[in-house]
Amino acid sequence: MSTVSWITARGLFGRRRFLLLLPLPALLVLLAVLSRALRVDPGEWGPPVLVGLGLAVVLPVVALIVGTGVLGAEIDDGTVVHILTKPLPRWQIVLPKLAVATGVTAVTVAVPLYVAGVLAHSVRLGLALAAAAAVGALAYSALFVALSLLTRRPVLLGLVYVLIWEGLLGNFVSGTKVLSIQQYVIALADRLAPTGLLETSVSVPVAAVMSALVSVGFTVLAIDRLRSFSVAGETS
Amino acid sequence: MSAISAERTTPAQARSTSTLALAGVSRWYGNVVAVNDISMSLGPGVTGLLGPNGAGKTTLLHMMAGFLAPSRGTVTLDGRPTWRNPDVYRRLGLVSEREAVHTFLSAYEFVLASAKLHRLPDPAEAARRAIALVELESAQDRRIGTYSKGMRQRARVAAALVHEPQVLLLDEPFNGMDPRQRLHMMELLHRLGGAGRTILFSSHILEEVEQVSGTVQVMVAGRLAASGDFRTIRRLMTNRPHVFAVRSTDDRALAVALMAEPSVTGVELGRAELTVRAGDYGAFTRALPRIALTRGIRVRQLVPEDESLESVFSYLVEA
Repeated sequence: MSTVSWITARGLFGRRRFLLLLPLPALLVLLAVLSRALRVDPGEWGPPVLVGLGLAVVLPVVALIVGTGVLGAEIDDGTVVHILTKPLPRWQIVLPKLAVATGVTAVTVAVPLYVAGVLAHSVRLGLALAAAAAVGALAYSALFVALSLLTRRPVLLGLVYVLIWEGLLGNFVSGTKVLSIQQYVIALADRLAPTGLLETSVSVPVAAVMSALVSVGFTVLAIDRLRSFSVAGETS
Repeated sequence: MSAISAERTTPAQARSTSTLALAGVSRWYGNVVAVNDISMSLGPGVTGLLGPNGAGKTTLLHMMAGFLAPSRGTVTLDGRPTWRNPDVYRRLGLVSEREAVHTFLSAYEFVLASAKLHRLPDPAEAARRAIALVELESAQDRRIGTYSKGMRQRARVAAALVHEPQVLLLDEPFNGMDPRQRLHMMELLHRLGGAGRTILFSSHILEEVEQVSGTVQVMVAGRLAASGDFRTIRRLMTNRPHVFAVRSTDDRALAVALMAEPSVTGVELGRAELTVRAGDYGAFTRALPRIALTRGIRVRQLVPEDESLESVFSYLVEA
């Protein structure tokens, strides 16, 4: 593990906001277990729990908390200066941080999604959801890490993207779905395990290409922005 | 004081010293000019960057450290720009004003991480040496979150020094330190400067600069107001006109008597008090009681009106 990853991980797990990660995945598993225990038809509880909660809320919100935490929190409290005053090419700072964000998000979300997928249908669906969530974790993390460098309010803007763009506009304006990471994840999961539980609105090639474009594009943007990182001038 | 001594640092610096050069540097935010056309060259030794709050010291330091692009002009370290050039951090260390440390790490972990990020050949030894330099060995394994402000500052200095940079920039390093810690930091800067490193620290307190550095750069309202030997600048400050408000039993008679005094450059008779301008502080404060005594006037109040640091700086700008 690189020193940047180590500091990032220590910082992430050392902050209280990390505890925010736990309730949502726990709720996802709880609802799936309850539905299964009460013998509710998976066709009824599957879509709202797996997609409505798992892919539309748990994945992006966890990615938002972690993705803005690995760099945005350090920018907020000024500790980022310690890493920036080192003779490291900026990609050597962004990539380890992105790796930590993606890894933590993927593990936090994939495990409960796997459990819920198994309970809803099969191990194959569980694995498909976990794998697609890992791809989504990378794309969301790249977006939110870049947002940390583009704006001083990355959490707010991230929430606007998740809740307004993906959550609200996606229901009314079909074109917005082409720019929705959530839709890519659904399409990929459904391709890996076609079950009829997931309703897709973008094709698999679009999902794959766009996931890659979002991940690479925002990572490159983040590296470039970090090269020109300015410390906000206090007036003294 | 222990650990790294001047002798130990000398061989490293003997190979090379660094020069930080600013040429016509300005920085503005919209319509506000924070730094206005500053040129200077900093070589080995300790230099104090003195100026009142809001003078633009931090903005200037950020540009020197590569954390802010100059709107105009160039900042270079040994001829290479500091902006968008992470390589300069091989030779440059920064201790920023903001008290930002990874509180979840111990000082040793924190400094060791810095050493590793610098890719030093023996990071553990470098970390131990830097911690010894700031005398933090006894607390090095405690979480930084449990430290006092002065200890945190020393941990930050240790992290900034771990790669033995030729240039060290410190923004208000004495803020929040108790007198002993302050003395310790001053001695440390002295030794580093004496060993051939280029040290620049900012401060808004005259005495701090006086005790640490022989050379001073004075900033006022974004401009370089004075530059050079501290004693010369100190003399300018001491000999500037002073303004006093005086109340007495007979202001008019006192005004007449004061006008005959060589040390007094002007007297204004107000309704309730006299405003006296004195060119020589010492001579005036000695003359006033003598005059009052010989004229049988009782001085009820003597208040220096213009003693704020800002007024001293303003005077320097006009001088």
